[in-house]
Amino acid sequence: MTSSKFTRRGLLKTGAASGIALATPTIFTGAAWAAAHTGFTNAPQGDTVTLGFNVPQSGPYADEGADELRAYELAVEHLNGEGDGGMLNTFSSKTLDGTGINGKRVEYVTGDTQTKSDAARASARSMIEKDGAIMITGGSSSGVAVAVQALCQEAGVIFMAGLTHSNDTTGVDRKANGFRHFFNSYMSGAALAPILIDQYGADRKAYHLTADYNWGYTTEEAMRQSTEAMGWETVNSVKTPLTQTDFSSYIAPVLNSGADVLVLNHYGGNMVNSLTNAVQFGLREAEANGKQFEIVVPLYSELMAQGAGENIAGILGSQNWDWKLENQLGERYVGTNAFVESFGNKYGRPPSQAAHTCYVQTLLYADAVNRAGSFNPCAVVEALEGFEFDGMGNGPTLYRAADHQCFKDVIVVRGKENPENEFDLVEIVEATPVDQVTYEPNHPQFGGDAASLGDCNPGA
Amino acid sequence: MDAFILQILNGLDKGSAYALIALGLTLIFGTLGVVNFAHGALFMIGAFCAVTLQKILTLGFVPADSASAATVGGFSFGSAKETTYVEYWFGEAVGSAIVDWSVPLAILFAIPVMMLIGIIMERGLIKHFYKRPHADQILVTFGLAIVLQEVVKYFFGANPIPTPAPEAFTGSLDFGVLMGFDPYTIVYPYWRLVYFVFAMGIIAAVFGFLQFTTFGMVVRAGMADRETVGLLGIDIDKRFTIMFAIAACVAGLAGVMYAPINSPNYHMGMDFLVLSFVVVVVGGMGSLPGAVLAGFLLGILESFASMAEVIDVIPGINQIIIYLVAIVILLTRPRGLMGRKGVMED
Repeated sequence: MTSSKFTRRGLLKTGAASGIALATPTIFTGAAWAAAHTGFTNAPQGDTVTLGFNVPQSGPYADEGADELRAYELAVEHLNGEGDGGMLNTFSSKTLDGTGINGKRVEYVTGDTQTKSDAARASARSMIEKDGAIMITGGSSSGVAVAVQALCQEAGVIFMAGLTHSNDTTGVDRKANGFRHFFNSYMSGAALAPILIDQYGADRKAYHLTADYNWGYTTEEAMRQSTEAMGWETVNSVKTPLTQTDFSSYIAPVLNSGADVLVLNHYGGNMVNSLTNAVQFGLREAEANGKQFEIVVPLYSELMAQGAGENIAGILGSQNWDWKLENQLGERYVGTNAFVESFGNKYGRPPSQAAHTCYVQTLLYADAVNRAGSFNPCAVVEALEGFEFDGMGNGPTLYRAADHQCFKDVIVVRGKENPENEFDLVEIVEATPVDQVTYEPNHPQFGGDAASLGDCNPGA
Repeated sequence: MDAFILQILNGLDKGSAYALIALGLTLIFGTLGVVNFAHGALFMIGAFCAVTLQKILTLGFVPADSASAATVGGFSFGSAKETTYVEYWFGEAVGSAIVDWSVPLAILFAIPVMMLIGIIMERGLIKHFYKRPHADQILVTFGLAIVLQEVVKYFFGANPIPTPAPEAFTGSLDFGVLMGFDPYTIVYPYWRLVYFVFAMGIIAAVFGFLQFTTFGMVVRAGMADRETVGLLGIDIDKRFTIMFAIAACVAGLAGVMYAPINSPNYHMGMDFLVLSFVVVVVGGMGSLPGAVLAGFLLGILESFASMAEVIDVIPGINQIIIYLVAIVILLTRPRGLMGRKGVMED
């Protein structure tokens, strides 16, 4: 016989105790507390350092979050000298030697962003305040990235963005404590436009369907500006609610609008459904203005491609990175195979571009701390600003000082007609050289002259 | 004119899904008096019946002589195309036809599954809440919906899973040409037409069942006065359990057939749930014809509201139209379009 030790009174006591613990006010904001810990928030004590991985573990982007988490776990393993070392072997900076970060063993905590700004801020805050995370990284939405970046700026920790593609993350909402390795809407537009003109001609009329939120707006703006500059005309653009599931009533009028290209500024579930609907409505077979009708998806992801199935066949889009890069385009993209092999051996699948950017961000942070010789956020900011590196799978890359955006080649891809298996969904069309996607830090799409990083905040 | 016809067509398939879900909701509410927030989850489970059957049918093995597809460093991903077991057993032509028709076949698969789930739900959980206030029923069924959702997510992941319609129904019908317009003015996918016809069939079957069978007559009598029917010595509880199973089945079949329209994901039920409740309220609580009528009405209005020309005039109308209509109807007809006196008014 077993007897339960739970009693009503015991349960009440535990509940009350945890309630008090949860209600304890924030401690890190106290300047006195921070000063006692060598002048910055969450300075590592003892021989370990804690990183906070803030990824969607529930909600519609949970699968992408799971892949990000796999990459983070792999990065921690490599930093601590376990496994085959992955990109540590190819990274141009050689400070990472498997002894952790600055000699401290790496530990991590995770949070669930739920792909909601408020939930993401709450989980980031909890990791900073309760778990002592010195750096927050991850996410798969620009709304979340902008919100968490602002929180990290206030709290005085570094934010290494995960998958976020809106111009605003390193544009109007840029922050001194925040860094983005992933590419952005402008770069997608700049990389795609020449290829679209080349493949579909300069005399085209485009119809935009745009997700009604921050990322949708900047992507539409970027796509319109770069395609219109090359001769395309935009006949209409319609905002679709983020919660929309059936896009038929938005898709149906497209064929009748005089347009001959449909640009789907949608991501995730929106993109899967709008593209599926567009194909159902016969847009792939239709002719308009005497030309074959075409569909464009500015931002591709492997998971979306899986969700949309055979509907992606032949459709052009852009990516930050692809696991086949080094095999197909050669040594310039060194690091890709090292990472893919390491990831594949551990998890039995190739990494997504979300996983790649998260892995790289973790290594870049660790390396910056090593080079700075300090975990102080302001020292890390200084080490990352203007940092040029290679061997991380994207070719030579610059972390620009003016806006904390990485500049590197952009990959233009096309949905494969006859995929061999579930991992082989897109084919690489071209790697657009970094020069073609570079812009001025005060570009109007990025907040113009008014946008500023502000000062770095160490939290003390 | 052509844009007008196009949006009516669009509204019909959307309305079909709303009507089918709202029909099941109303059946349960009318018979058992339970406000079932898990009904959207039943729709979702129906769609996943199609996904499951497709997965079972496409189970396969790699022929021994095939080479690996892609190798990176020392690691190779995936393999060359698998041969499915059905192709191996029935020959390639028959096998691939079976795989191709997996969604219609899933109807046969879904009926017993949904019936069983309905009976387990009703006997296992919902019957304990008959005498509890509606608020309790809403809480427990909403909780159940979240549990079902997470169970599906655990097994199938959060990403949508493509579940294509049979090859014969892919592509679209150029409606405009039939009506004398230019080509490509009114194009409508075949599968959505199938969905509409299917929905009409199900709705007719449910009404016929209630109207023309003895079982249906007893159930209708039970809906009107449960106590008296009980006093006549009829085991109304058992019949209501079966009605719950039928309602679950209607939602499930709506889900199966919806799978090719939008790739199913674990939260698709929630996406439909709130709208379906609005449909039930607009149609009139407890009124089956009201639910169907309101389903199509709101589907069509939603389609019109998402036309670019309309959004230009009233920005954001596409996001609020359904609720706006609900407010107007409830102000002018507080019992909904076809609501009867005395339902949910005690």
